[in-house]
Parts: sequence; C-alpha cells; structure tokens
Amino acid sequence: MAEALLALAGVNTHIGQYHILQGVDFEVPRAGLTMLLGRNGAGKTTTLRTVMGLWQASAGAIRYDGAEITRRTTPERARLGIAYVPENMGIFAGLTVRENLLLAARSGPPDDRRLEWIFRLFPAMQRFWHAHAGNLSGGQKQMLAIARAIVEPRRLLLVDEPTKGLAPSIIANMIDAFRELKRTETTLLVVEQNFHFARSVGDTVAVMDCGRIVHAGRMADLAADDALQQQLLGLSLQAHQ
Amino acid sequence: MSHGSALPAQRFDWLPLALIPAIALAALPFIPSLPTWVTLTVAGLAMGMMIFMMAAGLTLVFGLMDIMNFAHGVFISVGAYAATSVLLAMKASMQADSLAANLAAIVPAVLAAMALAGFLGWFFERVVIRPVYGDHLKQILVTMGGLIVVEQLIHVVWGPDIIPLPRPATITGSFIVGGAAIERYRVLAVLVGLAVFAAMWLILNRTRLGLLIRAGVENREMVESLGYRIRTLFVGVFIAGSALAGLGGVMWALYQESVNAQIGMQMMVVLFIVLIIGGLGSVGGCFVGALLVGLMANYTGYLAPKLALGSNILLMVLVLLWRPRGLFPVGRG
Ligand SMILES: Nc1ncnc2c1ncn2[C@@H]1O[C@H](COP(=O)(O)OP(=O)(O)OP(=O)(O)O)[C@@H](O)[C@H]1O
Ligand SMILES: [Mg+2]
Repeated sequence: MAEALLALAGVNTHIGQYHILQGVDFEVPRAGLTMLLGRNGAGKTTTLRTVMGLWQASAGAIRYDGAEITRRTTPERARLGIAYVPENMGIFAGLTVRENLLLAARSGPPDDRRLEWIFRLFPAMQRFWHAHAGNLSGGQKQMLAIARAIVEPRRLLLVDEPTKGLAPSIIANMIDAFRELKRTETTLLVVEQNFHFARSVGDTVAVMDCGRIVHAGRMADLAADDALQQQLLGLSLQAHQ
Repeated sequence: MSHGSALPAQRFDWLPLALIPAIALAALPFIPSLPTWVTLTVAGLAMGMMIFMMAAGLTLVFGLMDIMNFAHGVFISVGAYAATSVLLAMKASMQADSLAANLAAIVPAVLAAMALAGFLGWFFERVVIRPVYGDHLKQILVTMGGLIVVEQLIHVVWGPDIIPLPRPATITGSFIVGGAAIERYRVLAVLVGLAVFAAMWLILNRTRLGLLIRAGVENREMVESLGYRIRTLFVGVFIAGSALAGLGGVMWALYQESVNAQIGMQMMVVLFIVLIIGGLGSVGGCFVGALLVGLMANYTGYLAPKLALGSNILLMVLVLLWRPRGLFPVGRG
C-alpha cells in the first residue's frame, strides 16, 4: 500500500492544563474516506483541530503527504491543501453565500465548471447565492461549510459531524454528496456520531476513546460486527440508526 | 437538497440610522430658536465625524483580535502634535488668505500626523500588544501603561503647556444660512468624515481585503483555516486604524484650536461609549454611534453643560436596553 496521506504518531494535545489527546496513532490512506468515530468527549474534534493546527500538539508527529507538519501554522497547513469543516460549521454569517465561497477560493474566483459541480451537489447554494449566510437553515449552513471547503480542489478534507442536527431526508442527501466527493481526488477524514451515515460512506475507520485510538480497520468489518460496535461505541450510536 | 422556497430577503437594518434624525428632532422643542438648533446640529455632526475617525480603528482592532487597546488615544495625541509642529513651522502659508497656500501647509501636516501615528501604531502592536494577546486584564494594564509613557514622551518632546493652534485663514469664520451661523471648519469636518466613511465602506464591502477583514471579525480561526494569516491582516488594520486616529487628532486639534498631551486620553471615554453603542467590531455602528454622541454632546452642552458626558452615558444605557449588543451586533461564529 502506498504511503498514507496523513499519519499521526503518538500525538498528544493539551488544552490548558487538561491532557486531552494521549498518544493518538492512526493513518488516513490516500483517496477514500476514513471515518473517525467515538463516544462524546473521546477527543475526535480535538484530533481534527490538532491536524489543522488550531491546537498545537505537545508531543508526537503529524505527517502529511510525506512531510512533517507538526509545527506548521494553520494557514500553512491550509495552503498545503488541507481544508476543514468545523463542528460549528464556522460560516461567516454576515457574508453572503457568494462571499463565503469567494473567500475560500485563494487562487481567484472559481471557474464555472467548478461552481456548477458545487451547485449540483448543493442546489441551495445557487438559490441563495446572494443571501446572507446567517439566514440559511442549519442544513444549508452545513452545505455551505462543505462547499466552501471544496470550492477549489483540496488534498485532504477534514469534516466534523456533517450530519449533526440534520433531518433524516437531509442526511440522505448528505450521503449522496459525500459519495460524489469520494469520486474526486480528495481524501476525506470525517468525524461522525451517526453510524448509519458512517457505514454508508466510510472506507476505513478509526475509533477513539479517552484520547486514544482503540480500533482501526475497514468500515465494512466494523459494520458487520455488532458485538464490536457495542463494545467500542456503546448504545449511543445505535440510537441514531 | 434545499427546503422552503425562499429566504426572507436580506434587508439592511435601517432602524438605528433613524435614531440620528430622531435625536435631532427630539432636541428641537428644547432649543429656543431654529437657527440655534441648526448651528448645534451642524456642530454635533462635525464632532461626530471626528469621533468616528478616531474610533473606527479601535472598533476593528477589537473586532478582529479581541484587543482592548486603552492606549488608542496616544495615536490621536501624537497625530495632533505632529501636525501642530508642521503647521506652526509653516505659519506664513497658514495665515495667507489663499486656499492653495493653506493646503500647502495642511496636506503635509496631515500626512505627517498619519505617518507618525501609523508608525507608532506599528511599533506599539509589536512591542506592547503582541505579548498580551488573549489576556484582557493584561491588555488593560499594559496599554494603560503605554498610554502614560507616550504622554510623558509628548511632554518631553513638545513641552507640558497647551500649544495654541490657529486655524488656516480659509477655513476660519462662518457663513449664515437662514439666520443660522455655520462654521466653515465644521462643514469641512463633516465632508472629511463622510469621505473617510465612504472609503472604509468601499474597502470593506467591495474589495477582497475588506472581505477578509469582515470575515476575520466574525471568526478568526476560520479565516486562518482557509489559509490566510490573520496576524498580517491585523497588523495592517492596526496601523491603518492608528493613522486614522492621527487624522482625527489633527481635525480635533484644529477644531479646539489648541493641543495638549491629554487630548487623546480625554477622548477615550467617549470612544468607548461610541464603540459600545455601535456594537463592538462594527464600522457602520461606530459611524452611527459617533454621530449620535456628537449630537447629544452638543445639545446637552448647550442646554445643561454639566450633563454633557452624563447624557452620553445615558444614551449608551438606553441603546443597550434596546439592543444589548449595540446597534449593529457583530456575529461571532
Ligand atoms: N476548550 C476546551 N477546554 C477544556 N477542555 C476541552 C476543550 N475542548 C474540549 N475539551 C475536552 O476535551 C475532551 C475531548 O473533547 P472533543 O471535543 O475533542 O471530543 P469529541 O470526541 O469531539 O466529542 P463530541 O462527540 O461531543 O463532539 C472532552 O473531555 C472535552 O471536555
Ligand atoms: Mg466533537
């Protein structure tokens, strides 16, 4: 197998005096979608933020595309091709949909083909092109946050709980959108609580607990193993199915 | 993948703007004559414009980096003094009754003021502000300290006494409109203020740089995650805001026809009131807030001089009762 696009080795992260990540080891293979699962408070968000450089790792190494990025700043990591959709979506409410996307396009306005592709994924973006992002519904904000991350082709997309708070019909649309994303060159690392979503789009999976990776493997294997799911994830995820 | 047919059309929030005529009209019955009211209103608007120039940088600095810069007043003072030095050195051209000659003194004076204030801003950001990012208590202490140090330095360079600063000939005096005396200088202040506001509005709303600043005020982390260095942006805004405060300082010194080392410190209370009224981080709010404060100060200054500052604090309280986060709250994502 080719070298992984992203590899964390013994990553520790402290937030203030709290020791949150306590030696995280896992790899995200090139192309495809890796799910990062785990109970509430396991450290999933902290892991994504550490990869993005929004928290500094206090020990360990983060390798991306063959180079160590552990000490790089957040903007540097972004310019290496990592895009981030945070748990709270981080859209700019006072800016229009158009302005949100323009800002994310670092090398000039996106061309028509790219925009058409984005509009096909998320038609609401076209309809509300000139609307202020703060007026969008929760689901539309999530779509904008993802659209913003992919307005230009990126190597690695980090998405934190894309289905959080979404109605089931919208989740079905989101699954379609992620399947379409998987057809591109982009590698995805997605944090999720919704197991149905996870099994629908995940290729590989890593499960966290208490700031460590406690399981890594193929998504299909975990999806087929009820006992393992129960042991790793408890009942909370099953309730979402 | 969308639901609902359309969003409510995005409307500009005009209500706070209506406060400006509302406050002017509310004052009308209390002022004995219409010409006096006109004079006071023009004076209030002129004062508001100058306050806006001084406050605009402060609100962006706070919005972008959550920095409480209590030393912002030093940029006002330094700007005023730098311009004073230039203007006093060019006395002859100031006294000449020719616009060209006056401008030959004023333009370099304004440039010197903005350059020195901007340079001081750059230095201040590096030396005083940078070590205390993210810690409000330290910011207050350290910037207060910086304020005192610079004030003392002004004493050293320009002396402790008030320096009289006569206005250039062509913008002295007033003209009469419908029985109301209107000072020329106040009209000039309104025009300069409008020009500064228009320029800021265009930059913020029509350029990529402005887009970045507006986004940064909302959510710094996200701007960084999109690949932009917020620090660079912030330093630029800090320098521009300081230079603008310097310009406001020149305008204010010429308005008062004198400078003293406390000029900046005296303004700080008013600036914070304006920022809170307008909504921290909002340039539009800062503009409306400054005009409201300017009008209020002039009306009450005429009716009950002792209550001038108190009336603005009352105004702030009333605004906060109506909109607890100011007239134009800035969303924090
Ligand atoms: N800013 C912070 N300050 C202190 N502790 C924090 C902070 N952010 C997160 N934590 C703690 O770190 C641990 C991991 O949090 P994290 O947000 O990474 O979990 P998560 O797996 O994303 O959880 P969830 O599924 O609820 O989103 C939690 O115990 C949390 O309380
Ligand atoms: Mg989380």
